Amino acid sequence: MGSRVLCPACPGLSGCCGSRCPRGGSTVGCYSPSCLTLITTTRRLCILKGIYPHEPKHKKKVNKGSTAPRTFYLLKDIKFLLHEPIVNKFREYKVFVRKLRKAYGKSEWSTVDRLKDNKPTYKLDHIVKERYPTFVDALRDLDDALSMCFLFSTFPRTGKCHVQTIQLCRRLAVEFLNYVIASRSLRKVFLSIKGIYYQAEVLGQPVTWITPYTFAHDHPTDVDYRVMATFTEFYTTLLGFVNFRLYQSLNLLYPPKIDGQADVELKPAEGKEYAMDSESYLEKLSALSSSLARVVAPTHEEEVELDEFPVEGETAEQMDARKKEQEALEKHKKLFEGLRFFLNREVPREPLAFVIRCFGGQVSWDKSLCIGATYDVSDPSITHQIVDRPQVQQQVVGRYYLQPQWVFDSVNAKLCLPVADYFPGVLLPPHLSPFVTEQEGDYIPPEKLKLLAMQRGEEPGDANEESEEEEEEEEEDSNDKEEEEEEDESEKEEEMKLKKLEEQKTQSNKALPVTVTAGKLRLEDKQRLEQEQQSEEKRLAIMMMKKREKYLYKKIMFGKKRKVREANKLAAKRKAHDAAVKEKKKSKKAQRA
Amino acid sequence: MGQPRGCGARAALTGLQQMSASVSGSSTSVQSLPCPSSGSEELTDSEGSAYSGLQDSGSDSSSSDEEEEQEEGPGGGSVPRTRAKGAPRKRKTLEDDSSLEESKALLAQNEYEEDSSDEEDIRNTVGNIPMEWYQDFPHIGYDLEGKKIYKPIRNKDELDMFLEKMENPDYWRTVQDKMTGADIKLTDEQIDLVQRLQRGQFGDVHFNPYEPAVDFFTHEVMIHPVTNRPADKRSFIPSLIEKEKVSKLVHAIKMGWIKPRKPKDDTPTYYDLWAHEDPNSILGRHKMHVPAPKMKLPGHEESYNPPPEYLLSEEERLAWEQQEPAERRLSFVPRQHRSLRAVPAFPRFIHERFERCLDLYLCPRQRKMRVNVDPEDLIPKLPKPRDLQPFPTTQALVYRGHTSLVRCLSISPSGQWLVSGSDDGSVRFWEVSTARCMRTLPVGGVVKSLAWNPNPSICLVAICVEQSVLLVNPCLGDKLLYGATDQLLESYVPPEEERVQPVRWVTATAEEHGRGIRLLVQHSKAVKQVTWHGKGDYFASVVSDNSNMQVLIHQSSKRWSQNPFRRSKGLVQCVLFHPIRPYFFVATQRYVRVYNLLKQELTKKLMSNCKWVSSMAIHPGGDNIICGSYDSKLAWFDLDLSTRPYQLLRHHKRALRSVAFHRRYPLFASGSDDGTVIVCHGMVYNDLLQNPLLVPVKVLKGHALTLDLGVLDVLFHPTQPWVFSSGADGTIRLYT
Repeated sequence: MGSRVLCPACPGLSGCCGSRCPRGGSTVGCYSPSCLTLITTTRRLCILKGIYPHEPKHKKKVNKGSTAPRTFYLLKDIKFLLHEPIVNKFREYKVFVRKLRKAYGKSEWSTVDRLKDNKPTYKLDHIVKERYPTFVDALRDLDDALSMCFLFSTFPRTGKCHVQTIQLCRRLAVEFLNYVIASRSLRKVFLSIKGIYYQAEVLGQPVTWITPYTFAHDHPTDVDYRVMATFTEFYTTLLGFVNFRLYQSLNLLYPPKIDGQADVELKPAEGKEYAMDSESYLEKLSALSSSLARVVAPTHEEEVELDEFPVEGETAEQMDARKKEQEALEKHKKLFEGLRFFLNREVPREPLAFVIRCFGGQVSWDKSLCIGATYDVSDPSITHQIVDRPQVQQQVVGRYYLQPQWVFDSVNAKLCLPVADYFPGVLLPPHLSPFVTEQEGDYIPPEKLKLLAMQRGEEPGDANEESEEEEEEEEEDSNDKEEEEEEDESEKEEEMKLKKLEEQKTQSNKALPVTVTAGKLRLEDKQRLEQEQQSEEKRLAIMMMKKREKYLYKKIMFGKKRKVREANKLAAKRKAHDAAVKEKKKSKKAQRA
Repeated sequence: MGQPRGCGARAALTGLQQMSASVSGSSTSVQSLPCPSSGSEELTDSEGSAYSGLQDSGSDSSSSDEEEEQEEGPGGGSVPRTRAKGAPRKRKTLEDDSSLEESKALLAQNEYEEDSSDEEDIRNTVGNIPMEWYQDFPHIGYDLEGKKIYKPIRNKDELDMFLEKMENPDYWRTVQDKMTGADIKLTDEQIDLVQRLQRGQFGDVHFNPYEPAVDFFTHEVMIHPVTNRPADKRSFIPSLIEKEKVSKLVHAIKMGWIKPRKPKDDTPTYYDLWAHEDPNSILGRHKMHVPAPKMKLPGHEESYNPPPEYLLSEEERLAWEQQEPAERRLSFVPRQHRSLRAVPAFPRFIHERFERCLDLYLCPRQRKMRVNVDPEDLIPKLPKPRDLQPFPTTQALVYRGHTSLVRCLSISPSGQWLVSGSDDGSVRFWEVSTARCMRTLPVGGVVKSLAWNPNPSICLVAICVEQSVLLVNPCLGDKLLYGATDQLLESYVPPEEERVQPVRWVTATAEEHGRGIRLLVQHSKAVKQVTWHGKGDYFASVVSDNSNMQVLIHQSSKRWSQNPFRRSKGLVQCVLFHPIRPYFFVATQRYVRVYNLLKQELTKKLMSNCKWVSSMAIHPGGDNIICGSYDSKLAWFDLDLSTRPYQLLRHHKRALRSVAFHRRYPLFASGSDDGTVIVCHGMVYNDLLQNPLLVPVKVLKGHALTLDLGVLDVLFHPTQPWVFSSGADGTIRLYT
């Protein structure tokens, strides 16, 4: 939102009367009288047509002098809604429901059947086209659609919403995943406590979505599922068309078909015809283990060197940088090329299979876990086995046993990380968010620094550790607290004053004998004086600022200071934590000794 | 006649209280029934059996009725109707007793007489209505003839009731008939009935609810038809009509007119929606469209295994929990899980998606212009204070001696002597360069204001003490000088005719003269400010009053005073003489008025834009004025420019107490309650086109806050770039 002006608590738009507003406070003001007749369908229409309220420039003027929070729609928008042909469809549907109810009441079952057969339906195609006149517009708004579809596809097929919707959501989600695999467009993955975030770059647009962890949902009661269902209705339509277009852009068949060769492999031993069975088809598709059929048979020498057209006004350096970036991207896309993964049954199969396949790796799992397993545990060519248990009993020589975080961290780091930190049972290094780009002055966790160094091509792992050890030793040797204080250098004025006072005292005490140290102190004083003078000048200048500018300045400075404060706080916390860990180590060592 | 019994059952369900009426109703109907009293076994018809509980009590109930009537007798003067009705009934029952046949004949007659309506109780014709409706009336209903039935007089009070309850053995079986208002004593049989109903049994003793069920129709399928009728012919031959219908359908199917319904395909079909992207087709509304901003991307703290510094400490967690959900910076508590398998489901996932949905369709969208300014650019570029020297920078001297707040300061025109007045009732004279107190003059009151005569040839100080202004010769410095001043004062010759003056000029007594006091100007009310004209002859005083006598102008040489204003224009805060021209400035709470003393008219009215002006000072050039105000503002007026402030400086954090201009250097200072003196460079150019340049150059601190007061007065040295400040801590400080 540009600014979240309201608490969006009002589930019904019928706030004109102000009665159905549950939390009070936010009512809807609309000017159009026709709005009143539309009220039951207005909410759906607003959602489908993407109409949002407006914040009037002069709230009092519009709101009859009161400043009570109300939502305002433009009259133009409401009129625009009225011209929507789907309004008639809604009316038809309402009539249909009435007739059906009547037929049920009279137990006229043949009428019920007839009515059900002629149930009015409507399509949202034209609304999608209207809201997103170009394909890129649709891609830009895909985040919410994807997140919603992924959420709905995890819902149980009882209650809450229609089974067809859930199935459709699942289908569309799987199709999209398959597209991302085929186009190798995944860029970032993040395991958060809320769910798994993915970011893909689809035709140059970053598309981010979140999927929940696969658990049964504890359905909240204070959520209006009708609103969500309306959104999903629109999103499924949008996503379907987007998928179609995306598949088309890759020359893939839509609806997707599994590639012929893989098809044969996947066929169960009994030779049952599975193609008729749409369920198993979707399952196979969602296994994400096989490539998709293309309209034109893929020529493997597809990667034609792109001709380079120098952009005007671009220096050679910039071109080089661009080229390098391109290369890095290509390399990133082939991160897991040639690696063969095996997923143990305790790790989440879908996200891992998806991520690994997105970067060119081959993946398999236990046959009993899911359809689409391509090779067995005992396959000697497996290079990595993803395990999430404290220890592995029977280890096969020749493959790494790793925790799932390795896959995600490697993807985010754009390189295969050293495996030692990710062995089963080992305390994992922190999982960092790939979405954070630290600016100047922000706090950067030490792990990130290490990673950045690694990306730059340095071999910091051992060196760092060594230096750390050295540092430790040094600290043990010296145990100087002053150093730390100097490092801190959070120069507070009080401290300064105190120091000054002390200096004055010492000066007066020492009185006459002039020593070398006294001279040094004076030098420092000069610098400090200069600084003080400058700061005073600044303070005086700030006094002369105009009221409005001063307000702005103070606001900016407050924000800056808060940022610094937070960064300092984090750094201090980290320091304390590291110290505590060190202490523990020491005490352990001492115990051992 | 099923009615009464049903009534009784109902009563049993609803409780005794309600029942009384219906029971009585049934009892009366029983009375009216000419039944044999001998026994229930004689009754053969179903009616009788239905009533068996009450039937054999016919005589009893009638007798009880009689009793009732007798009981009611004493108070029954007003109920002749009931009585009248009771009598024939009694007769009737007696007749009933006499012979059975007669009674049967009577029954045939009476059946239609008494049972003519649905009413249970025919004595009262009001019908089945809540009897409360008649609460406020003297009567309780109407009898058959339409005459009022009056309520029996009840003169029983609580005590009577209690006594009756104690003494009457039949009290427990006495109920009130709501329809007639009469008391009825229930018979044993009636009580038996009631008890049975209460127990949930049938009212009829003889009714057997567990009689063996006899089926009318057997459930077993019999092999033989019940009737012996032969089957129809049509049940053996196919129906022609049906055949016709079927053949029609077959024909329609054959001809392809009827087709089976196509199975409906719900799966939506997708196609290339954006096949013909036409940039021209984009509507205007899409150009105005504000796309919804994307969700915020997660930071490190949202990770399932974040770096340890992102986890909340115990206090932070508590603080987080106490915050309102809307105020929290994070919507979740960061948690660390050792492995991926330990990560639970996020309980608010659906909530968050839902909130996002609400945001999308309920939040107004606006394009907000982000101000992208470098804060350093906002700071105005001012000349460096170093280039604007000289100005006072450091505290040089502290003049100690006063025991209470030092309210006012003044300095001799030579700059050698400083005089200060304090709340401790004394005036002290200091040598500026040494901080030595030369003289202490006790005046016996709070010194509100004092002013040294600006004429260098006169050594005279005007001091405001309570209601009078003292003119004091401090006798400091050049002896010739102060001697000349004394001579000047003594050379005064009183005029021949006494003029009426608003004040009294009193020559000091010998004792006062010894202390240095030369003249007393006694006002009618307390004086709060005194100020000299530049020539040193005239001085003005401000009296804290609300009338037109607030400002007085005195001429010391002629010892006479005048009141320049005919009307009061508000509470005068301070007054000031123009240094060169015959102008007089009067500051009221919000305005500064400039009067021309020669023309005797108002020349200007300056709006100060402040709430309450506290002090005022004028630039030695005479074209600029500064006003300090209690709402911590300092207004600079350029008299040539406008009547509004040229600049409003908000340097101080608290109320300004005094402002001062330097006589030579382009400096002005302001002292405030926040304990600071701010020295500003205020350059006024001779070129009229160039606006004055105001630059704050130094913030001087030193005074300690006492009683929420800081600096009370500031004063510049007449020749040096030094500033004096007097504070509420009883000290005077000199900054050089």
